[in-house]
Amino acid sequence: MIRRPIVLALAALGLGLLLAACQPAEVQVDVPVEFVMESERLDAVRARGQLVCGVNTSVPGFGFVDANGQNVGFDPDVCRAIAAAIFGDPAAVEFRPLTAAERFTALQTNEIDVLSRNTTWTMSRDVELGTDFGPTTFYDGQGMMVRADSGFSTLNDMGGATICVLAGTTTEANLADAFNTRGLEYEALVLDTGDATAAAYDEGRCDGLTSDKSQLAGLRTTMTSPDDHAILPETMSKEPLGPVWAHGDQQWGDMVRWVVWSLIVAEEKGITQANVADIAASDPQDPETRRVLGIEGEFGALLGLEPDFVVDVITAVGNYGEIYERHLGPAGTNIPREGTLNALWTDGGLIYAPPWR
Amino acid sequence: MARSPSRSLEPFWRDVRVLRVAGQIAFVLASLAVVAWLASNLSQALEARGLDLSFSFLRRTAGFAITQGPGMVRTDPYWKAFLVGLANSLSVILAGLVLTTLVGVLAGIALLSPNWLLRNASRTYVELVRNTPLLVQLFFIYFGVVLTMPSLQDRLELGPVILSQRGVWLPRPVPQEGYLIWLASVVGGLALGGWVYTRRERRRRLLGEETHPFLSALALIIGLPLLAWIVLPQPALRFEAAVLDGLRMVGGLRMTPEFFALLLGLVLYTGAFIADIVRAGILAVAHGQREAARSLGLSEGNVLRLVVLPQSMRVVIPPLVNQYLNLAKNSSLAFGIGYLDLYAVSQIIFNQSGQAVQVIALLMATYLAMSLLISFVMNWVNRRMAIPGR
Repeated sequence: MIRRPIVLALAALGLGLLLAACQPAEVQVDVPVEFVMESERLDAVRARGQLVCGVNTSVPGFGFVDANGQNVGFDPDVCRAIAAAIFGDPAAVEFRPLTAAERFTALQTNEIDVLSRNTTWTMSRDVELGTDFGPTTFYDGQGMMVRADSGFSTLNDMGGATICVLAGTTTEANLADAFNTRGLEYEALVLDTGDATAAAYDEGRCDGLTSDKSQLAGLRTTMTSPDDHAILPETMSKEPLGPVWAHGDQQWGDMVRWVVWSLIVAEEKGITQANVADIAASDPQDPETRRVLGIEGEFGALLGLEPDFVVDVITAVGNYGEIYERHLGPAGTNIPREGTLNALWTDGGLIYAPPWR
Repeated sequence: MARSPSRSLEPFWRDVRVLRVAGQIAFVLASLAVVAWLASNLSQALEARGLDLSFSFLRRTAGFAITQGPGMVRTDPYWKAFLVGLANSLSVILAGLVLTTLVGVLAGIALLSPNWLLRNASRTYVELVRNTPLLVQLFFIYFGVVLTMPSLQDRLELGPVILSQRGVWLPRPVPQEGYLIWLASVVGGLALGGWVYTRRERRRRLLGEETHPFLSALALIIGLPLLAWIVLPQPALRFEAAVLDGLRMVGGLRMTPEFFALLLGLVLYTGAFIADIVRAGILAVAHGQREAARSLGLSEGNVLRLVVLPQSMRVVIPPLVNQYLNLAKNSSLAFGIGYLDLYAVSQIIFNQSGQAVQVIALLMATYLAMSLLISFVMNWVNRRMAIPGR
């Protein structure tokens, strides 16, 4: 008689298990899922044989088409790094030129795999638009360019001024915020291309031209006489720029994120385009260098990539500092790095990668 | 069997009647399939990202300001920005329709002028403007003409009119005490003038008296307000010119360079097409009509005004409607030269809010409504112009 309840309980348990087994996936199971790194998009990209990357074609330094029709710049190089990580070939990228207005729609409709087009990370873009933002690759901020002889030394002198502004960016909203908080009136002239905005300012239609400071530096060089223009000290906004992808494929996001971080880690470890092959072959002693280059651990496999994908990435585009130097350094648009937020964290900047372990 | 033997021998796939219907069914099915495919594509992509297509975002704070036209501040909602864009579009379209008609009709008549200079000047204008892209013309007018005017500091003052690259300022009428009486005299003059005109015109037609209806009406319309202005103890309106205050002009009536450039571009471009339409319309009136009018002793101006133009209107109006619609739709090129019309504002809204699908749908619906309204009005005019009983 004592056995009976046990039998009943066992039977009930068995039945319950059976039912549970039959239940489709709608039931939330709290059992940890085994971490098999499978990204639908990664598979699709592999099958396609190419990464489709949305870029800018009109901002020197960040995304531009050179005389040979090549997409050059900081952002296209991030695309090349991702392609090198997946295929071992930085040329396996199809660049899709996008305007500021088109870029999110292109992600939402699966037109592109990654957007690398000086895009500011904002809360509503991150949460509402169905997009995810990667690590910040460039910390920018909005500034104001004025004529040197205008007598403006701060934004506070600019009450009643006419400001030229490029449409379709966070710039417009920041401009309204900046003048509102100072209680100043202004007149905005909103244009739809960077060239037209700069031309209207150069012709004297506006007292000031506002854009991200990185772009103002480049635009100043296109003015009739660059020395007649000055950039005011104020920074009106925070503009963290980085790669963006469609929300939903966590593994894809992880992969892009760690490829970007690999560029930063490489700079930190002194791994460059020139010495990466030698370091990988020379059996380095630094444990993190060993892990990053795939000599130790299974970090590549975790992302669904080759164990030594970082070697391919650095061979293809170099480390973060090298990419910066190539496009934004004195040879490029000449945006100083030292002492800014874009210096490596060891030099007091914000360029930082989580540990590779 | 009722059917003829030859018909029954024909297989159905060679029967013209079957083929016609089958062809149409296949076309409709194929069109539906394409639409359904596009729609499912869109809904799948949106669902995958968890996006919805509601219009509730329009009530949210826009966060940017518009300083053109009626304008809006940064705390206003998106829908207000949309309305500001609509108002800016409508003002340039309405002004454009009136002016382009004037330019087009004058240039069209000039194309047929016996005067060599006038005829060739008009022909040059039409060919030059009609054969270059509008966007290029707009850029040229804006960057090449309007923005090269003197700066605000070196502004050109032509009496009360101020010209500079920041805009054109006219003096603004400011109502003074007793202006209502003067306003009443203006309205009264118009009403009285209209009444006298119709009365005298009827007498002239029926009795053949030399009554000068137009001149007497004009005398009333101008004379009455003039009399009131003199009689009143002080002028009814004071004209206030714009003055420089720091970085900008205050007071006066301002036309922004962007509005001016867009209006000028649209008027000249559309006017060139209208000129040729008017020319064709005039030539379409039978030559005998003109000769008959002349033989009645009408002056050359009256031949055109009373006989030729009314008849050519019937030929002119249908293609004219097309040009009106083109002007309305071409106004969406405004963004290129910094005029915040409906299209420009919509671009800004959808980039700030990210709600591309809804904004584009709203934009298309608004332009469609605008175009249909213009067509509706012009069709009504066309019916009024048609020769009754034909």
